[in-house]
Amino acid sequence: MERPLTSNIKPGQPAPDLAEYERSGGYEAVRKALRELTPAQLTGIVKDSNLRGRGGAGFPTGSKWSFVPMGETALRPKYLVANADEMEPGAFKDRVLLEGDPHQLIEGMILAAYAIQAEAAYIFLREEYKQAERTLRKAVAETYQAGYLGKNILGSSYRLELYVHVSAGRYICGEESGLLNALEGKRAIPRSRPPFPQTSGLWGKGTIVNNVETLCNVPHIVRNGAEWFRKLSLTGDGGTKLYGASGKVKRPGLWELPMGTPIREILEEHAGGMRDGVRFRALLPGGASTDFLTEEHLDVRMDFSSVEKAGSRLGTGTMIILDDKTCPVGMVHNLELFFARESCGWCTPCREGLPWTEKILREIEAGRGRTSDLDRLALHARLLGPGRTFCALAPGAMEPLQSALKYFREDFERHIREKRCPWS
Amino acid sequence: MLTPEEIRELEADLAHYPQKQSGCVDALKIVQRRRGWISDDTLREVAVYLEMTPEELDGVATFYPVIFRRQVGRHIIRICDSVSCWIMGYEKVYSALNGTLGIRLGETTADGRFTLLPSACLGVCEHAPALMIDDDLIADWNPGNVDGILSRYP
Repeated sequence: MERPLTSNIKPGQPAPDLAEYERSGGYEAVRKALRELTPAQLTGIVKDSNLRGRGGAGFPTGSKWSFVPMGETALRPKYLVANADEMEPGAFKDRVLLEGDPHQLIEGMILAAYAIQAEAAYIFLREEYKQAERTLRKAVAETYQAGYLGKNILGSSYRLELYVHVSAGRYICGEESGLLNALEGKRAIPRSRPPFPQTSGLWGKGTIVNNVETLCNVPHIVRNGAEWFRKLSLTGDGGTKLYGASGKVKRPGLWELPMGTPIREILEEHAGGMRDGVRFRALLPGGASTDFLTEEHLDVRMDFSSVEKAGSRLGTGTMIILDDKTCPVGMVHNLELFFARESCGWCTPCREGLPWTEKILREIEAGRGRTSDLDRLALHARLLGPGRTFCALAPGAMEPLQSALKYFREDFERHIREKRCPWS
Repeated sequence: MLTPEEIRELEADLAHYPQKQSGCVDALKIVQRRRGWISDDTLREVAVYLEMTPEELDGVATFYPVIFRRQVGRHIIRICDSVSCWIMGYEKVYSALNGTLGIRLGETTADGRFTLLPSACLGVCEHAPALMIDDDLIADWNPGNVDGILSRYP
């Protein structure tokens, strides 16, 4: 099985330096693109590959690029941003790519930047990823030295400056337009759309924001072709996918597998099944902001459309496992505490509704819940749902809550009836 | 007054952005690294340098958790309290630190050595539970050897 994204990543060993990366075929795609491909041709290849954004939303990457104004009349400079602000609870896939093979990301960024003819690129990195920061800074310096960045890249007329920008915290910075405000030195409040960042992004110029894993796929697509990429997948969405598992499984970790690998295979073969003494109860398939799935969903394939049909989202593809010795109400409370704390406070339903939700859950968990609380939680799940808030943070927060009310109803009721948490 | 070293570092960083103000979070971090936290006086000095009002800069400073607008200890302990760490034993990690240091989240030890803070998911969920002390990640922490680990941070 081919594992293009992780073939250079060896656990416990330092990331490949520039020379090692080049020996594995690194920067061949940049050479090819700059010599043989027009920006439109490059975008076309990525479109044909069916690469969909790996940050969670799954938007087709080539289409996203094609919205950027091109030609003489486009406002300049244009920007390419790698979203390395991995803050979704339960997600750790981008960290592995950043620490393990930084040149793969940089090469993907040069290609994406070339496709939209950007003059500058930023890696927007979360503050806590210290090792990733060291690895990236070293790799960026090497890349400049070798002439893959800066003026006249590989003797072409194309130039690109690339900077590492280290953030200062807050989950909302991972939201595309909040990220742009953070980069501009403002509070990371999401922006109203339209205009979309592709036409009016950083400092009002055309900007593409792509997730780290998305960008890391690009060199391989350019080198091996769109058809090769599509065939890596078991389903319609192209490529491989980084899948992770955390919680009380035997071997928590991260694996690159064909897109569309069933949940059961990831859980049992790769994560080794549940630890001794605990049983599987449910899982969040793609991070904190995705709906719970249960035993009946274990044969669902982990791709965008299959997980959606099962009532949840692929999200980041990093699963969080709930076991039978962990209180589901406590878990949902923990999730809502995170979202309440991370709400940027800009729009009222999110700013007020999330702390309210968190308090109700805290009371239920502490044995002070009332039966009417369950209706109130269901009401919040509706009022903070899609279309009622400024961005996707609150609707995301409601996904685990609404599915918990569906699958763990009896556990909520037992807390209220017995006036205590049955797990404590 | 900003020191010449601070100004040198600020200038190098601000070259990455088309506008001075865009580097304001970086500027606060650069100054905080040397001074420990951002006092009102420091905030005003940085604001003058960036041609912002102190109110504008404070609006940004108070949004981001790694900018400290109150005095903190010499070492910052951030305990991950997000979902995977919560499942794998966040409570034990907190109790061990709370028991040894005698402080709760948001508090600083009387000797000014440690400040204890909650942290959003640290992105090492396969090694939960986790925490950070200053720039160091401590993962798969059960928690054992509390005194030994803390002794590395005088």
